[in-house]
Amino acid sequence: MRVIGHVAVNVFKESVRDKILYNLVVFAVLLMSVSYLIGELTAGQDVKIIKDLGLASISMFGLLIAIFIGIGLVWKEVEKRSIYTLLPKPMRRQEFLLGKYFGLVLTLVINVAVMTVAFYGVLAYMQAATPQNIRASWPAPATDPAMLKAIVLIILELLLVTAIALFFSTFSSPFLSAMMTMAVWVIGHFNEDLRNYGATISSPVAAALARGVYYVVPNFAAFDVKLQVVHAQSVPLRYLALTSLYGVTYVALVLVGAVIIFSKRDFK
Amino acid sequence: MDAIRTEALTKHYTVGFWRPRPYVALDGLTLQVEQGEVFGFLGPNGAGKTTTLKLLMQLIYPTSGHAEILGKPVGDVSVKRRIGYLPEQPYFYDYLTAGELLEYFAAIFGYGAAERRRRAAALLDEVGIGAERRLPLRKFSKGMLQRVGIAQALINEPELVFLDEPMSGLDPLGRREIRQLILRLRDRGSTVFFSSHVLADAETLCSRVAILAKGRLAAAGRLSDIVAFKVRGWELVVSSVTEAALADTRERGHLMSVTRLAEGRYALELPVTPPPEETTAALIARGATLVSLTPVRDTLEDFFVRKVSGAAGSRFSETA
Repeated sequence: MRVIGHVAVNVFKESVRDKILYNLVVFAVLLMSVSYLIGELTAGQDVKIIKDLGLASISMFGLLIAIFIGIGLVWKEVEKRSIYTLLPKPMRRQEFLLGKYFGLVLTLVINVAVMTVAFYGVLAYMQAATPQNIRASWPAPATDPAMLKAIVLIILELLLVTAIALFFSTFSSPFLSAMMTMAVWVIGHFNEDLRNYGATISSPVAAALARGVYYVVPNFAAFDVKLQVVHAQSVPLRYLALTSLYGVTYVALVLVGAVIIFSKRDFK
Repeated sequence: MDAIRTEALTKHYTVGFWRPRPYVALDGLTLQVEQGEVFGFLGPNGAGKTTTLKLLMQLIYPTSGHAEILGKPVGDVSVKRRIGYLPEQPYFYDYLTAGELLEYFAAIFGYGAAERRRRAAALLDEVGIGAERRLPLRKFSKGMLQRVGIAQALINEPELVFLDEPMSGLDPLGRREIRQLILRLRDRGSTVFFSSHVLADAETLCSRVAILAKGRLAAAGRLSDIVAFKVRGWELVVSSVTEAALADTRERGHLMSVTRLAEGRYALELPVTPPPEETTAALIARGATLVSLTPVRDTLEDFFVRKVSGAAGSRFSETA
């Protein structure tokens, strides 16, 4: 655990020094300027649009970091040969890999946390600046804490995307890893369609194939409750707990796969 | 207990996409390195030296054979605590400073914060990294990275140090400092296993050497057994010598070759007999001026060239 912690802190240090956290500035500026513009154009709907946009941005920024940093975590170490000095130190290969994973998770969680604070800050300002009669027409207050449920599930989705990116990066080039991770993410969002594919086509082979993909690829749509929280629909805690369990189990399985491949790899 | 022991250690790589064939990077290496010695692992570029070191560091896995370090199989974490490794042309994290890098590695060894700082500072002093230690490593020259590489290999005061081409990228002053460092490590009881294709370094530092050629062990043993240091001729450098005097000496069979040097000097290769004093005296009597007289000994280089050029065979394995 100690070694995993040191490797993770080093990954975080790298992302800070590589100016990854600058995305937070972009996020804050984007959110504030859009809220200003929308405030000028619409009345009543503006808070919903900001909520939509804010949650979507948190998810997108996180996703970009998870994929594009995740695919380079192992590849960069091998390509730049820094792994040659690190692995002969008293550590196991799995400790190295898990350290890399948790380092990026730490970066992502801090990132999402800061974006969430900025997001609620803008919403609190809107709440304060909006007259009472307009606020009464909102389905939920601007700073509705239920949105945190959506953010928790965004974090879980990012944990899974990071694990998948890391998995591909243990044996493949960054370009291919990015392509494959994005493919899994896109397919995962249409997972329900895959399950029901058999009902719409006549070929049993294609239906079986679609069903196979349905079982292998994680159901990313399950992590997306943005629409529900924006429209003040309830997201039960039981759903949150089960989806979290589903996500963590998937992460564990993907990481076990990554460790198995990485442990057998030759660093020529 | 041996510091290092390998038995028939073999590594094949598959090359070729359409018709994959196994390429033999290392072929049945059996080697013992005793504790406390400075062992030179020699061979031309591509002989399999780095492959051997990577196998010992478990950066790659053997196709067959077995290797032990300090009595335990390679890759054992308890052994990793007791060894240090400098890879060939080391490269580190661009965004860290030299001090931070060493402290990071020290943390992996489990040292506390104060101890990490102390070790990092002392080692950077030892390898001659001064105020630059506060700069990010991306600003370091090749020679400075090599020094940092040596420092990180010693962060845990290892019993056994593996150095892959430690002199690479260093200027003459740096090479001398690293030679002295290796001797200091030996004096404090560490075993040093270093690979090199620079034979002068091995001749100065090693008690025993192994020579690798085309992935196979060509020779191994004590330096004094391999190179007898027997005088096999003399090199006489003279000036103001006449062509006639040289012709006479050659006719009498006292001269093997003549090389014309700069500023009217000549290098003459003389046989062991007659004694060189006779030929020298005869040339001086005919107006030549003596510049130098040096014995020509059998060197490690001669032995190396014989062994390496004699190594035959294809590196593509017959069997998969």
